[in-house]
Amino acid sequence: MAELWATLIWPVLWTAIKIVIIVGPLMLAIAYLTFVERKVIAAMHLRKGPNVVGPFGLLQPMADGLKLLLKETVVPSRANRSVFVIAPMITFILALVAWAVIPFGEGLVLANINVGILYLFAISSLGVYGIVMAGWASNSKYAFLGGLRSAAQMVSYEVSMGFVIITVLLCVGSLNLSDIVLAQKGSWGLFNWYVFPLLPMAVIFFVSTLAETNRHPFDLPEAEAELVSGYNVEYSSMTFALFFLGEYGNMILMSAMTSVLFLGGWLPPFDVVPLNWIPGPIWFALKIAACLFVFLWVRATLPRYRYDQLMRLGWKVFLPISLVAVVVVSGFLVASGMAPGAR
Amino acid sequence: MIFQALAFYLFALVAVGSAVMVISSRNPVHAVLFLILTFFNAAALFILMGAEFLGMILVIVYVGAVAVMFLFVVMMLDINFAELRQGFLRYLPIGAVVGLVLLAELLVVLGGWTFAPDASASVQSPAPGLEQVTNTRALGLLIYTHYLFLFQGAGIILLIAMIGAIVLTLRRREGARRQDIAAQVARRPADSVEVRKVPSGRGV
Repeated sequence: MAELWATLIWPVLWTAIKIVIIVGPLMLAIAYLTFVERKVIAAMHLRKGPNVVGPFGLLQPMADGLKLLLKETVVPSRANRSVFVIAPMITFILALVAWAVIPFGEGLVLANINVGILYLFAISSLGVYGIVMAGWASNSKYAFLGGLRSAAQMVSYEVSMGFVIITVLLCVGSLNLSDIVLAQKGSWGLFNWYVFPLLPMAVIFFVSTLAETNRHPFDLPEAEAELVSGYNVEYSSMTFALFFLGEYGNMILMSAMTSVLFLGGWLPPFDVVPLNWIPGPIWFALKIAACLFVFLWVRATLPRYRYDQLMRLGWKVFLPISLVAVVVVSGFLVASGMAPGAR
Repeated sequence: MIFQALAFYLFALVAVGSAVMVISSRNPVHAVLFLILTFFNAAALFILMGAEFLGMILVIVYVGAVAVMFLFVVMMLDINFAELRQGFLRYLPIGAVVGLVLLAELLVVLGGWTFAPDASASVQSPAPGLEQVTNTRALGLLIYTHYLFLFQGAGIILLIAMIGAIVLTLRRREGARRQDIAAQVARRPADSVEVRKVPSGRGV
């Protein structure tokens, strides 16, 4: 019995506790991201934003969640019932499972696997299924059009994202996310982060994450002006809430991915006394918050792309640039003897 | 160990079950979704065997890209399910023969393992063991160092196939309006805007 406890039950229980420690704050962050988004955009529009429920409107996300929870779930009469219900669950679950490999600090990671970045890339490429299945199962024209647009868009931008990740991997020489962060540690502080040597790649990566999360200016799957709101028109109550939470969870995840790949993860900007007293997870959270602010800033500033322009940007601009960058970066690393495998 | 065995049987059972559902479900979209589930479980089996790189690539390439395109096409098609069922018995013998041949080949390969356990040692330049290098590096050594030319050859064949597909389907439509970004950006106000004094009541 004692052996069973030590070998099977306790590890499973301990992992479950760690999962709760990660998911709890994450859910809170998702809820308050919706609030911050409304506040930030309101400030940019010279409005006040939500300010009625609680002090400064701080209880607004709770009120919204309660409202969605108490509403009725409507399944359209000719919808494909099982797929209709599974689709929002897939979106939400995928937004959560990816956090298993994100390193919050030195050694602070749930699953320190060797192919962490591939795992993240795989999970983010699966996100399209929730949307496509929702669009198809709703048996509605607008939802279907939204789903199809999203399928084409997410597959297109994934390709250039993959090449950007390859350029980073060439510099690191490992697919482990903790190794990627540690490779950005150096005597120059923040100038060692890959955002500076690989600046064009960082920009391409960030724009691709906007497309991958269906955010402005690439939110064509839910273009409210033409598709009334795209793939989630027929959803109500908790099923809609799951899509919503999944989308915001994906935004945070993509910001975390940008921080790990280009902004040095949990590393402080300079390894000097007042800065390195602050623990790593807080630096990581600050970097994620900075990326999220840019997400919201873009939404408040830019108009929506036209669909053919979106495809052109993905296939004719980002893909050639990132392909050439892979060749240039690997050539430079080999020629200068800085390639990580050359040792 | 017991956990690994349990996980193996779970993934294997779901993989076989969903593979059966791929060919037996009535709705083609459901069939594709079951196919995706099968891919997933195959990837999980790869990971259980310690081939985590292959498992992740299976998910990225097959589930993340190929199956999306598959789903895309199947959803767009207007399929008559009853028509699809016709001729099932007529084609059954051919399918059964193909299946039997594949089964026989699998048996020969697996039988070889059983009868001659040291046969795998005679494989040309095998990958170094997992205890020496990581999975990704072992695969890289094999593909990009030992078998570079075969790999490049496979790449060229794929490239030719891609060019062929594009040549076969590309057609220039007359009268299609295309956006020329360079021309739009190069436009000056003087080229496109003309300011005129219009006398009232006369028009331009």
